[in-house]
Amino acid sequence: MRTTGMIKRVMTEMLRDKRTLALMFVAPLLILTLIYFLFQSNGDTTATLAVRGVDTTLTAALKSDHLKLAPVTGHSSAKHVIRTHDYAGMLTQSGDHLTLTLANNDQAKATVIKVGLQSAQIKLKGQAAATGLKAQAQAIAQLQAALAAASKAAGIPVPAQAPARAAGAVSYTTKTRYLYGDKDSTFFDTLLPILMSFVVFFFVFLISGIALLRERTTGTLYRLLATPVRRGEIITGYLAGYGLFAVIQTLLVVLFTIYVFKIQILGSVGWVILINLLLAAAALAMGLFISTFAGSEFQMVQFIPVVVIPQIFFSGIIPVAGMPGWLQAIAHVMPLYYGADAMSQVVEQGAGLAAIGLDLGVLVGFVALFLALNVRTMRKYRQV
Amino acid sequence: MTATIEVQGLQQGYGKTVVLHDIDLTVMPGEILALIGPSGAGKTTLVSTIMGMLRPKAGRVRVLGRAVPDRALLARIGYMAQTDALYTTLSARENLMFFGTMMGVDRATLVQRLPQATAVVNLDQALDQAVGDYSGGMKRRLSLAIALLADPPLLILDEPTVGIDPELRQQIWVELHRLADEGKTILLTTHVMEDAEEASQLMMIRGGAAIAQGTPAALLAAYQVDSIEQVFLKAGRAQDAHNRHD
Repeated sequence: MRTTGMIKRVMTEMLRDKRTLALMFVAPLLILTLIYFLFQSNGDTTATLAVRGVDTTLTAALKSDHLKLAPVTGHSSAKHVIRTHDYAGMLTQSGDHLTLTLANNDQAKATVIKVGLQSAQIKLKGQAAATGLKAQAQAIAQLQAALAAASKAAGIPVPAQAPARAAGAVSYTTKTRYLYGDKDSTFFDTLLPILMSFVVFFFVFLISGIALLRERTTGTLYRLLATPVRRGEIITGYLAGYGLFAVIQTLLVVLFTIYVFKIQILGSVGWVILINLLLAAAALAMGLFISTFAGSEFQMVQFIPVVVIPQIFFSGIIPVAGMPGWLQAIAHVMPLYYGADAMSQVVEQGAGLAAIGLDLGVLVGFVALFLALNVRTMRKYRQV
Repeated sequence: MTATIEVQGLQQGYGKTVVLHDIDLTVMPGEILALIGPSGAGKTTLVSTIMGMLRPKAGRVRVLGRAVPDRALLARIGYMAQTDALYTTLSARENLMFFGTMMGVDRATLVQRLPQATAVVNLDQALDQAVGDYSGGMKRRLSLAIALLADPPLLILDEPTVGIDPELRQQIWVELHRLADEGKTILLTTHVMEDAEEASQLMMIRGGAAIAQGTPAALLAAYQVDSIEQVFLKAGRAQDAHNRHD
């Protein structure tokens, strides 16, 4: 009965606070939409490369939709040319030696140039090889003719010759199938499951932490503990009350993803909700615990760079598997890492319990740990 | 008849600081005990210990026949905190219902008792107003109504009359005397001497020690003065003189 009373109160307070409600339900959609558009426009990076004294065969091979060439003459340094004209790089040739100077202030453009140069070289080598092969084939044909003539003269029968096949002449046709997304998929598709987890984590952490903090500073927590309520009942009330808002938030984000972004969710929406519910519980338990160390709302906000932002880095936005060992170890103590990992697997690979079971288990562990810590810290106010 | 509150040789403090020493106190059912003393004297610490929020460092504390701390005991103590601990986004009625539920009182009983508890403090007209819009005095009165709501055998009121106008103060005292006559025990802290004069027992605390204890009449006679205020001043001077000789 007390727990129900707690849940009812937490929810009534939340529903009265229209600003916080809007923050919880509208802000995530706004953030996701912005990020969606940011990644839509990211596909066509073009770079301008200055060229001086480069062979025309190479410049012809270099030119593409993404790489514009600007021939320059004179003796100015590459640095000077790049700075004056705001080029992304400069390629110079002396003899068979190429020097590439990159501005490198925009790595995307630098990559376009490096990849362009590489593929141009491959293209040229391919052409050279094909020319060489043609010459060899002609030589072989001549030899065969000579051989045949000589054999005929000597009275030796000639076996039928298989026509020489020029390697590289085979052209493959490729048909691509996508297990997740389609040919228009951008990095946003990869980012989305992580963001779905992150928004729930962030808002539940902040809002519940501040709510309990307010209870501490206004004295209502002490007043509440002056009733026979169990400390566990208070925490359960918070957990259930905010958990419900987290579920609503998740549903909104999921519906928005499916109907507005038209991004598919391969796995079951049930798993998506369960993951976010557990993540919300972890965020809540952490938020409540962290709020113990804050003396005001302002100090609570100061914990965001310490507690929340590092979690973003380890949530899978930067692949954790590629990190050095000690960084991976850090990732493994962050609840968001497990939540985002499970979410990515469900959304992108249609994973079920077998694949995400471990992640869910670890999240449950985090929740249990922080809840126990919370119940302990409340001893400060009432020793039974 | 067993005492509602029994405190023997209580020592209390945080870490190494001693806040209270050698407190002995007995309050019988039907008595109104006023704890008087300057701020920082240890009144709130004593109240917290009696409620079982703090474990006694040394000594024995029994409330309603049970040793504290005891969580279940809190259901039988109506508490009014020194600062108004109220949920400002909720209405007065919602606050009352919530704290009533936390006290373990069922909904039907709460609905039935609510009008009486709020009538005492003249809040029955403003019950559905958000507490955030309440004046300081109204919040104080609501806190008192919350303490009264569960109809507990022991009321612990921390500075109940601060910010309450004289007319309403009178009305509250009539109600407190009526409750005491029913056999309920009331413990309150105050530094208003008029409140002290209404109490049946007084305990003066200064610097963590009890400097004078007894009925108002007995104290006036013992110190040969004609107001409680003078008793307090005289007892305080005696304490200072005693400390200098140590």
